[in-house]
Amino acid sequence: MEPAALPTALQLAASGDTGLSLEKRAALGASLLLLQRDYRFERVWFWGCIQGVRGTYYIAQGLGPDLAAPRSRLYSLNCVEWSLLPPATVEMVEQAALLKGLFQGDPSFEYEYAEVNAEDDERFLEDGKELTIKEENRLVATIEQIDRAVGIIPRRAFMKTPLGSVHENRNFEGLSLTEAKKLSSYFHFTEPVNLKNKTLLEKADLDPSTDFLDSLEHDVPQAVKCKYAENLIQRFLWWDIPLKKCYQFGFLLLFCFWSSE
Amino acid sequence: EERKEAGRAPPADKQARRAARAAAEWSGAPAQREWERQRQQVQKPSLCPVNRPRELQQFHRLSLKASLPTAEANSRPAPSGNGCPGNGCRFTSVASEAEGLLGRLAMAEHGPYLPHEPGYGLYQPGYGLFDDQTPDPDHRMLACQNAKAYLLQSSLTSGLNLYDHLVNVLTKILDERPANPVDIFENISKDVKAAQFQKKMDTLRDEHEILPSFESAEIRRNLFFKSDAGDEEREEELGEIPLPNVMETAFYFEQGGIGLSRDETYLIFLALKKLVSVQPIQTCRFWGRILGREKNYIIAEVQFREGEEEEETEEEEVIDEGDKRMDEVEDEDEEKEKNEPPKSTYKPPPVIPKEENGTGANKHVYFVCNEPGEPWVKLPPVTPAQIVCARKIKKFFTGRLDAPIVSFPPFPGNEANYLRAQIARISAGTHVSPLGYYRFSEEEGDEDEEGGGGRDDYEENPDFEPLSAFEMVESLSTWVHHVPSILKQGRCVWFNPLQKTEEEEGEEEEEEKDEVPDELQQETGPPLLTPLSEDEGIQNIPAWTVSLSTRLIPQYAVAILRSNRWPGAYAFACGTKFGNIYFGWGHKYSLGNHTPALPPPVQPEYPNGPEIREAADPTVEEELAFKAAQEQKALEGMEGEEEEEEEEFEEDEEEEEEDD
Repeated sequence: MEPAALPTALQLAASGDTGLSLEKRAALGASLLLLQRDYRFERVWFWGCIQGVRGTYYIAQGLGPDLAAPRSRLYSLNCVEWSLLPPATVEMVEQAALLKGLFQGDPSFEYEYAEVNAEDDERFLEDGKELTIKEENRLVATIEQIDRAVGIIPRRAFMKTPLGSVHENRNFEGLSLTEAKKLSSYFHFTEPVNLKNKTLLEKADLDPSTDFLDSLEHDVPQAVKCKYAENLIQRFLWWDIPLKKCYQFGFLLLFCFWSSE
Repeated sequence: EERKEAGRAPPADKQARRAARAAAEWSGAPAQREWERQRQQVQKPSLCPVNRPRELQQFHRLSLKASLPTAEANSRPAPSGNGCPGNGCRFTSVASEAEGLLGRLAMAEHGPYLPHEPGYGLYQPGYGLFDDQTPDPDHRMLACQNAKAYLLQSSLTSGLNLYDHLVNVLTKILDERPANPVDIFENISKDVKAAQFQKKMDTLRDEHEILPSFESAEIRRNLFFKSDAGDEEREEELGEIPLPNVMETAFYFEQGGIGLSRDETYLIFLALKKLVSVQPIQTCRFWGRILGREKNYIIAEVQFREGEEEEETEEEEVIDEGDKRMDEVEDEDEEKEKNEPPKSTYKPPPVIPKEENGTGANKHVYFVCNEPGEPWVKLPPVTPAQIVCARKIKKFFTGRLDAPIVSFPPFPGNEANYLRAQIARISAGTHVSPLGYYRFSEEEGDEDEEGGGGRDDYEENPDFEPLSAFEMVESLSTWVHHVPSILKQGRCVWFNPLQKTEEEEGEEEEEEKDEVPDELQQETGPPLLTPLSEDEGIQNIPAWTVSLSTRLIPQYAVAILRSNRWPGAYAFACGTKFGNIYFGWGHKYSLGNHTPALPPPVQPEYPNGPEIREAADPTVEEELAFKAAQEQKALEGMEGEEEEEEEEFEEDEEEEEEDD
């Protein structure tokens, strides 16, 4: 979310180990604004942090005017100096899926496949060398997977213009309490998969400008709702990530979790 | 559109019209006309949101309907950047307005334009708008009135008319002044229409909504009430409060980015204070928070004052005796039955007794609540069987202490027991302190104990010299575990289940004939106060991650320790202070996904031999034929084979009986 809203979000999102000490929070406020200036992003969001064995990666996302466009991702080890991450490819994601265990905390670390099946060998090995994957690529793939799995927005928060680009809905004032409790009022912010499979009756009820994404209702396993004071906190047990949303202030997206798998 | 605007501002005065015409001829560009149109619009009643009483709003609406420019438009001293007349607002009633209107129109009221300003030369009196298009003013008036009549037509379906609706929409826009109203114009229009359906005056009043958040707020508010005056006196007498300074510990953890928000920590602080005032507690500590699917658990680690725990054990003994009595009654009933099924020869493995309260895994008592402010619930002591089973299963907590745990192998207990077992495991695995903070208390005969473990007692070291944070971070040998580790058996001190008491010796001698009991090897674990460098990691991941809270100010840095085996367990050390805490789901780190234990393989059936093999019953003809054959054989070899025949006949009879 925006760096200005970070303290509020962290207060709500407090599940214990946010990984953001006061020093880092203060640094973020300054460095994210400079990122916006240097990369000419329209908006910079703090995505969260991934904790490795020896260090922690802090991830930020830069957005242009279209929210559905591929986002540029940056990482930093100390919240002051940021480096751009390469965009995720399908191959990267496949390779990263074979890795298990925590991140090391060193972006140049190279993982070696020790327990790769013979089939995978044929697929990946071309030169006969031992296949290695850099931690940077693993990071990119992990972030992509997380975004795809748990990037959710409340209904009617984003609108699709006739030209195809996605914008924030300026008339969105948050969800009411009853709406916030239902899983159907949240959408996955990825390419919709289930939308085409809906029956015509269901499609008739949808508003194409706001209902252009998959809702959370049909997810397996189900997302778990946890009430914290009067704010609703969604937790995804699959990825063990808390995703927070406060219906009073609109919404905030924050991923902050403990390494992988 | 043009007609609408013309309807709003018909230049009633010829002079003004002429001025406008001259200006249009002179400039000739449509852009100028456009600009002028915009100026006309801008000079419409610009409503200052600051001072705008209801009557004024009404006044402006009437004026719009009357299609007359109002006082501000004509009394503006100079063109200002925004449309707001600023301090020059003069609000008069409609009647007087109409009187003064014509007079004002006569004058060129748009201020002295300087040559460099865009209005220069445009507003000459006597010039009207669109004069070149519709030369006949009467026709134009008629056209305007027709247009307005059309707009005032009310719709058959909704009863609204476009004119009123547009007035409402524009009023709303002018009231709220959103940015880029043209982009959200449709939404505003929809909102105005939707507002029609909200009844402002209704005889039925809505019942005041009671949100569920009110109850939780009330619970939290009760924390802030001080207890009776009697407790106050008691507090003043007591020198030491068993309550720790939770905020101080939270401050150090916050340096490392760990912990709940300050508000919530303070609420937990107050909740702990309530616990201390209710229960007879010697030491108390905030252990941490375990997340659950529906609700979370806040856990306090507590040690009772001596002598206060006996009540609990008495209750448990009563329960045990009650169970024994039930068993005896059942046995008597069974003996009365004649046809008893054969007793199985299965002997369950001996039950390993739990450790005494105050020692080993049950050294501390844990209190639990879901939210700060709710009453604290005491967790039952943990048994070795529960720990052994908890190691094999992985279940998320739901947040309700009485929830059943459905798992394989079946967990002996409900969620409260599972929670207690996980707390015991986490404490044993991750509670650490700086080297030298605790030392073994010097007692005689410590070395050879029957339990086989190391020394159990430790106390605070008064000669503790703290290391700097940098040294704490450099190597892991500066940290030690101060909680005994739990053995495979499920206890901290090994218990030999084959120890025979005097009562049981008689029974076991008989049973020894059947089985030879295996000799169990004594289990040992790492002794107390072992440094963390001895901890095994998982594959190539070390067991602990150390870091400094800040590299920029090393003098005041705090050393933060993060466990990789139990994700969520943290420890800090800063000078003479240290602390442990847990925030997490309550599970150990596993490299792959958790695979639950498979059920045991299907037990083999009784081996298939001739004595149990089924055969089809012989039919009557076969039996007769068989009998006939036998009798023939008997006739043939009577004497020599009589015995054999009898045996065969008996066998046949037996077979026939079995077949029957």
